[in-house]
Amino acid sequence: MSVIKINDLVYTYPGASKPSIDGVSLTIEKGEFVLITGPSGCGKTSLCRTFNGLVPHFYKGDLSGQIIVADQDIMGEQTFDMAKHVGLVFQNPENQLFALSVEKDVAFGLENLGISREEMRKRVDWALNLTGIYDLRERSPHEISGGQQQRVTIAAVLAMQPKIIVLDEPTSFLDPLSAERIFEVIYKLNQEQGITVILVEHRLDLTAKYTNHLVVMDKGKICFEGNPRNILCNDEISQIGVGIPKATLLYKKLKADGFDISEQTPLSSDEFANQLLKVLANDYS
Amino acid sequence: MSVFDGLKFRKSFSPIHNLDPRIKFVYVIAVFISALLFSQILPLIILFLIQLPFVFLARVQKQWFRSLRGAAFLAGFIFAINIFTNFFFNNWSLTAFDVENALGMTMRFVVLIVSFSVFFLTTSPDHLGLALEQSHMPYEFAFAFTTAVRFVPVLAEEAQTIMDAQKARGLELEKGNILKRIRNYIPILIPLIVSAIRRSLELAEAMESRAWGAVKKRTNLYLLKLHKGDYVLIGITTFLLITTIYVRLFLFTYIPLVSNFF
Amino acid sequence: MITVENVHYSYGNNIEALKGISLTINDGDFIAIMGQNGAGKTTFIKHFNGLLKPSSGIVYVNNVATTKTSVAALARNVGFVFQNPDNQLFSETVEDEVAFALKNFGFDNDTIAQRVTWALDFLSLTQYRKISPFLLSGGERKRVALASVLAWDPDTLVLDEPTIGQDHEQKENLRQFVMQLQTKKKTVIMVTHDVEFVAECNPRVILMRDGKIIADGIAKDILTNSQLLEESSIVRPQIAQIFAKLSPLGLPANTIDIDEAKTMILTKAKESNRQ
Repeated sequence: MSVIKINDLVYTYPGASKPSIDGVSLTIEKGEFVLITGPSGCGKTSLCRTFNGLVPHFYKGDLSGQIIVADQDIMGEQTFDMAKHVGLVFQNPENQLFALSVEKDVAFGLENLGISREEMRKRVDWALNLTGIYDLRERSPHEISGGQQQRVTIAAVLAMQPKIIVLDEPTSFLDPLSAERIFEVIYKLNQEQGITVILVEHRLDLTAKYTNHLVVMDKGKICFEGNPRNILCNDEISQIGVGIPKATLLYKKLKADGFDISEQTPLSSDEFANQLLKVLANDYS
Repeated sequence: MSVFDGLKFRKSFSPIHNLDPRIKFVYVIAVFISALLFSQILPLIILFLIQLPFVFLARVQKQWFRSLRGAAFLAGFIFAINIFTNFFFNNWSLTAFDVENALGMTMRFVVLIVSFSVFFLTTSPDHLGLALEQSHMPYEFAFAFTTAVRFVPVLAEEAQTIMDAQKARGLELEKGNILKRIRNYIPILIPLIVSAIRRSLELAEAMESRAWGAVKKRTNLYLLKLHKGDYVLIGITTFLLITTIYVRLFLFTYIPLVSNFF
Repeated sequence: MITVENVHYSYGNNIEALKGISLTINDGDFIAIMGQNGAGKTTFIKHFNGLLKPSSGIVYVNNVATTKTSVAALARNVGFVFQNPDNQLFSETVEDEVAFALKNFGFDNDTIAQRVTWALDFLSLTQYRKISPFLLSGGERKRVALASVLAWDPDTLVLDEPTIGQDHEQKENLRQFVMQLQTKKKTVIMVTHDVEFVAECNPRVILMRDGKIIADGIAKDILTNSQLLEESSIVRPQIAQIFAKLSPLGLPANTIDIDEAKTMILTKAKESNRQ
């Protein structure tokens, strides 16, 4: 069952000379973990903005094509109505926190929806626990790190119990360790809560292992879509400027020199090491 | 930066901090009105003394004393102006009564400062924002207040970074005449304004995505409830108002002047 | 040359951000300063152009103590590129932006024109010369910020988190830019969290923690030292992660370079085939 269905989408920002999204069709199934990547300016952020109708309702501009999200045609829905179905997390956590305490921020969306106080308390605590920040609930946003701030924004959309969570480069201001923790939280939500996750990321080394639906965009178009193992071993992908995991790159380099360690393209360092150990250990025995 | 650090709220707990900010505010207004009812020094000293238990209960003596010291200059100024005008209008002569009158005016100012500073020293911005949300004004005002408190320190920090960045490119703020000095600030103001606009766009986007404006009547995670202390303060406030108004209306002429004792 | 002698620094709140740092940076050095948030990295680098002056101890830049001179004078030798280009761009055109510092430093018009042309060319920005910097993309704005500092040709360049928010290709361009500076014998000091970028650039790494320097050495030793990495919450570079698991094969755990890795694995494979 698909939760997002986009058909031949073309979108141009007001005053822009060429479209930011240029003929995109995409189907996302319920419960999937989708990874979207591509160089800066490839249209991935604009695509994310269509999922809850920020494009075109907030940004205006020219849009053609069809976007169905959670059975709603976004053209006929307000962003605040879509917010119940789709949660968006943006790049800079600092500009997504408005309240003076963590739990008040997590409650912000629920307050806007007019949820009762008892229900709100339950959902806020639930979201705080799932993202591992329950102990920070009374802190002010100044007092916590960037990684923790970003977990607050995830909890804040989670509390609204959306079917889909969209994260637009949520870790680009974070150090690798904080980034990894964010990805683990997102993966857990996908696995345990069955939430459909759409993650936009440059860091494939940390994220490729979570997905079997990778979308690579360039110049407003989707140029590759499918299993990351098939896509990342393709040679054309390097020309687009996508950061391939080092393990995959090393695998390709060895293969080019005639040493094929496995039929399966490794996506992470662990996978690569295990494959290599297996091959060479077999040789030793 | 220290000016803005004050806005980063610190959590502390005391019977006074825990009071409902709305009630505290009503109390401050009551003191304000009472102070305006009298010009004699004695009742104003009493009003001043009434504030002291609040200061000590809240354990904010240090900060409170600092704000008092800050107001000292203005208080001195008020005193001097009063003395001077009396002096001027009384044909260059000054009586003990005039001095007392000037002291009374000064004391009135001090009482106002004291009661307001206790309010602000014991009410954290989030508590205040909450009170605004739950009073009957449009939510947008409360939201504007809390976002301001949230972002003023962020912008102050950013201004510092921008200043550093431009100084690192050889900008010397203190160089040149007045006109040149004002122009020196252009490379700091423009990035700051551009960034504030960009920030507000991102904020708006995040608000939209979190269902801003979905229903007419928002709910609130917290409910401000009146506790025992609040009822005590309501009692004190009512008593204070009734007493001062009664004294003002019926016993005003009996208020002794300190200068009569000499 | 920058010499740092037992520098302490405290902000107004009496909390010591730097607790006794000594260091010598030679001309032409390429240094990455790493460490957790709050380790004192940014506080430290701001001492190199006098934005901060030590509470005690001395920082010498080319044998002049930073306390004895102004930021403007120090900036002539030490160029500083901040993390976010938007914190400095303000001019109507890219050209004006790049000329800003040159005017502040009092260069004559001919020199300014010549330097601007050179810096724009160096960072492939010539086509944007007459355009407002605000109309450019994030990666391009970052390059304008770099050009605006490079223009006065300082001996030392300090880069604060240069890779943050940059995509793969932009990082690769940045790496090449830094390598070019190296061939021009410039001193480059960068503060970064980006272990992969450090692994690719292979600089001298200075690791800070809690206001002190806890390690100073070559990248491949520090980025594979489990104890140091743990103390500073740094994730091992990907190649090092692989090699950390390859000890049963007798391969060295302190490997961070992909080509070195390839050669070693191929040699190993040949050996095992022979057996």
